[in-house]
Amino acid sequence: MEVFSFLVSGIFTALEPINIGLILIGVTVGLFIGAMPGLGSVNGVAILLPVTFLVPPASAIIFLAAIYYGAMYGGAISSVTLGIPGASTAVATTFDGRPLALQGRASLALVTAALASFVGGTVATVFFTLFAPLLATVALNFGPPEIFALMLLAFATFVGLGGDDIPKTIFSICFGLVLATVGFDTISGEPRLVLFDIQGFLRGIGFIVLAIGVYGIGEMLWTIEQTRGEITTTNPKMTAKGLVSDTKEAVRRGWKGTWIGSLLGFFVGVLPAAGATPGSLMSYGVAKMVSKTPHEYGNGSPDGVAAPEAANNSASTGAMLPMLTLGIPGSPTTAILLGGMVIWGLTPGPRLFVDQSEFVWGLIGSFYISNLAAVLINLAFIPLFVWMLRMPFTILAPLIFMLSIVGGFAASRSMHDLWLIVIFGIGAFFLRKFDYPLAPAVLAIVLGPIAEPTMRQSLLLSSGDPMIFFTRPVAGPITVIAIFLILLPAFKILRRKREAAAN
Amino acid sequence: MRQGEISLAGLLALFSLYLMWKSAELPIGYISGKGPGGGFWPFWLSLGMLLSCLAIAWNWWRGKSPASVSDEPLMDAFGWRTVISVGGGIVAFVALISAVSMYGAVAFFLIYYLHFLGRHSWLLTLSLALVLPIGLFLFFEGAMQISMPQGLPFTQPFFDVMYDIIY
Amino acid sequence: MKLTKRNFMGLAFAGALTALPVTAFAQDWQPSRPIDFTIMAGPGGGADQIARFVQSVVEANDMTNRPLIPTNRGGGSGAEALLHLKDARDPDHTLMVTLNSFYTTPIRQDGLGVDIEQFTPVTMMGVDPFVLWVHKDSGITTFEEYVEKVREMDGEYVMGGTGSGQEDSIVIAYMSGAYDLDIKYIPYDGGGAVAKDLAGKQIMATVNNPAEAKGFYEAGEFVPLLAFSDERMEAYPDVPTMKEKGHDFSYYNQRAIVGAPGMSDEAAAYYRDIFGKVYEGDEWQNYLTSESLSPLPMDEAETRAYWATQVANHRQLLSEIDG
Repeated sequence: MEVFSFLVSGIFTALEPINIGLILIGVTVGLFIGAMPGLGSVNGVAILLPVTFLVPPASAIIFLAAIYYGAMYGGAISSVTLGIPGASTAVATTFDGRPLALQGRASLALVTAALASFVGGTVATVFFTLFAPLLATVALNFGPPEIFALMLLAFATFVGLGGDDIPKTIFSICFGLVLATVGFDTISGEPRLVLFDIQGFLRGIGFIVLAIGVYGIGEMLWTIEQTRGEITTTNPKMTAKGLVSDTKEAVRRGWKGTWIGSLLGFFVGVLPAAGATPGSLMSYGVAKMVSKTPHEYGNGSPDGVAAPEAANNSASTGAMLPMLTLGIPGSPTTAILLGGMVIWGLTPGPRLFVDQSEFVWGLIGSFYISNLAAVLINLAFIPLFVWMLRMPFTILAPLIFMLSIVGGFAASRSMHDLWLIVIFGIGAFFLRKFDYPLAPAVLAIVLGPIAEPTMRQSLLLSSGDPMIFFTRPVAGPITVIAIFLILLPAFKILRRKREAAAN
Repeated sequence: MRQGEISLAGLLALFSLYLMWKSAELPIGYISGKGPGGGFWPFWLSLGMLLSCLAIAWNWWRGKSPASVSDEPLMDAFGWRTVISVGGGIVAFVALISAVSMYGAVAFFLIYYLHFLGRHSWLLTLSLALVLPIGLFLFFEGAMQISMPQGLPFTQPFFDVMYDIIY
Repeated sequence: MKLTKRNFMGLAFAGALTALPVTAFAQDWQPSRPIDFTIMAGPGGGADQIARFVQSVVEANDMTNRPLIPTNRGGGSGAEALLHLKDARDPDHTLMVTLNSFYTTPIRQDGLGVDIEQFTPVTMMGVDPFVLWVHKDSGITTFEEYVEKVREMDGEYVMGGTGSGQEDSIVIAYMSGAYDLDIKYIPYDGGGAVAKDLAGKQIMATVNNPAEAKGFYEAGEFVPLLAFSDERMEAYPDVPTMKEKGHDFSYYNQRAIVGAPGMSDEAAAYYRDIFGKVYEGDEWQNYLTSESLSPLPMDEAETRAYWATQVANHRQLLSEIDG
């Protein structure tokens, strides 16, 4: 049991006073950065990179990983309290987190998110400890056709998510996918869909621009108009006793989502091209699919908060795996961590586990400690975030608008994108009035940029033969399952019609 | 509502047509041996948007969607006033950024919203409008090292002083 | 003290006065605002790594009185960054870390209206050579075997790269032309993804900067066949160059820092001094060695001449690809 002796020494490294101090600071800083709409772990890690010149590499990466964890926990806070997904990984958290907050159960949503994140992160770390090299091989076997099949599966799990109006749902999906193609076509190396020949569109339309527009502005306008400005979220109360009963309820009503998210999130996160966002979306979809009470989803189901939150933490731990074992970043944040390792003179890659075992195990040990620190610190801050929700709506609303605009700029650094946020926001308001579901468009803009290039790369590989998605040993079964799931609702409708006709 | 539903569908159909036309700048067909061209994906998806709009129009004609059978106006006068005053405030906020910098625009927006829409006291309004931009400045420029847009040249002296304080 | 508007202005003025001597007399010119350090690529690539490395060195040694703010503007293959610099409101505080899309993007997208010869040369941090890699399981160990294999596969030999018109595709296009090879080229959106798919044997060969393939090379997974440098590389002494094979061709990725068009001479001199120190420092020299970059120090006039020849070369190379 060599692994365990390494692990124990790693945990001791993480428990050195300087490292434990860095973990506590890192998690707290990360939590607040993540809670800010528009800012995510990538910002936190990038800014603190230079600071890490002052401490030894093992402490530095422990610190950065702590920020990364903190930010993953923090993402849920903005999704629940403000209703704006602060990062693409937290989109699915808004689906049920926001309704819970509006019912005055923000604390339940936040406690569920924190606990689910903890379980997700810990489960992933255990897998990481035990199977790292094996999983790295699995990751390498995922080429473009496999990734595309996986994206298809992610879409499939979301078929049931749209509203009742099928043409409007299809419109929304197509719209998101088209927006995702704006800017530049990597495959042909040509600018594409530069709308109205405005050069600002060359940079493409990011997920965050659409998400802040739709949720931060459109949804807020809609709420204000619907409630005629009279809304106060049903006075959330926060007591120690409430926290305990919330914890009990979170465990009782969120454990299923947590397990689905932890397992699925990790395996999707390990695949370099996919990352945490598809992982959290798929977990939500699967949790809903296997649930006995799917109608609760979207109306404030704790399972619906737990699944994506467990998944995004689990997946971000998973994303560290290809970074450390293969030197391949699975997300922008791990890309910057990777840069950090190069700065410290380490070569990430297959030999890192052998050449720098102390460094690697110190980091793995710190995952356990960071996770524990993150859940405790997060729970401690929940009363503060809930208290924010008690502000009169006429103060909360302008603050949300302000954070949307400021955060939108911080994320994109472009005035062009800021105008797009405003246009999307006002457009989303009118679409919402006419019952166009917008969540599918937001999902599509996240998955589209992965799905399209991998589809075209696969077809280049096969000289244009679409059978490549069916004949490869890994891609084939995934594609078949995905197509089956997509067609499932149609079968159900047919059967219902036939039954109705028989009666 | 009934009229709005079909007008919106028409507008979106026009937009889809524009997207189709624009995607056709790159090859939209299936290039033999190479798979789909650069315009393939956006073109056919825009066609999907167009067809959805037609389906929405068809549902409207049959009176299948709730909006298409509703005789209520889209919003009453109060609703329109709310949306225009809030939405307009946000547009003005973004427009002001290039003139008075991000932090200046935040201050103006807060004054407008808190005092004129929210009817809060001047004391609360002004203290928030002063404290929040300074707090944001310290957070973004100081801690996060993100530069927010600056305004016309007259805002420069303020920034220079603030930078001397934080760096 | 009651904070009236007048008091506040007074304070501000006093603050400006105390700050003045530092900015005005200590040195000819010093930045007064945070310095926009635009990276013309997304997070994770070579240019991004270099920018963050340089920023970290500057920060750790406290070399500037205002921070460098690295911002990724990789949209449209660097077009976003080029436009950002061209239209910079404050050229004295706007810098960019380049790669070769600095040359290729304005040629390929002439609608941009960007003329790179108007940009201000600051410091050439080094140039990054390219190497042809295959996976060890392919059994290929020499360039000759590789050529034979590609010809044998007759159009089914798959290589990956970062996209048409990008650095590696130029190299591959030259190689294919010189040896009459028919290669199937799959574009990816970053060097890391390319390396990963070579390691996973989704593709058969790549042309990549050593930095991106190093981890796999050290683990024995990747085999270098040919270097596109002028001379044999120190880290790979047994790998022949294209020049040795009788073709006068070498190709490097430029790792340079440039200033916005219209940057004042004082500001340019200030930045040249700062980045010159970074360049000479141990940190950067170690980085050059460990990542196999070649030094190529140049002054302003030399850089301008170098740009002109590079633009002409790239125009030629790109027209051969497209034509």
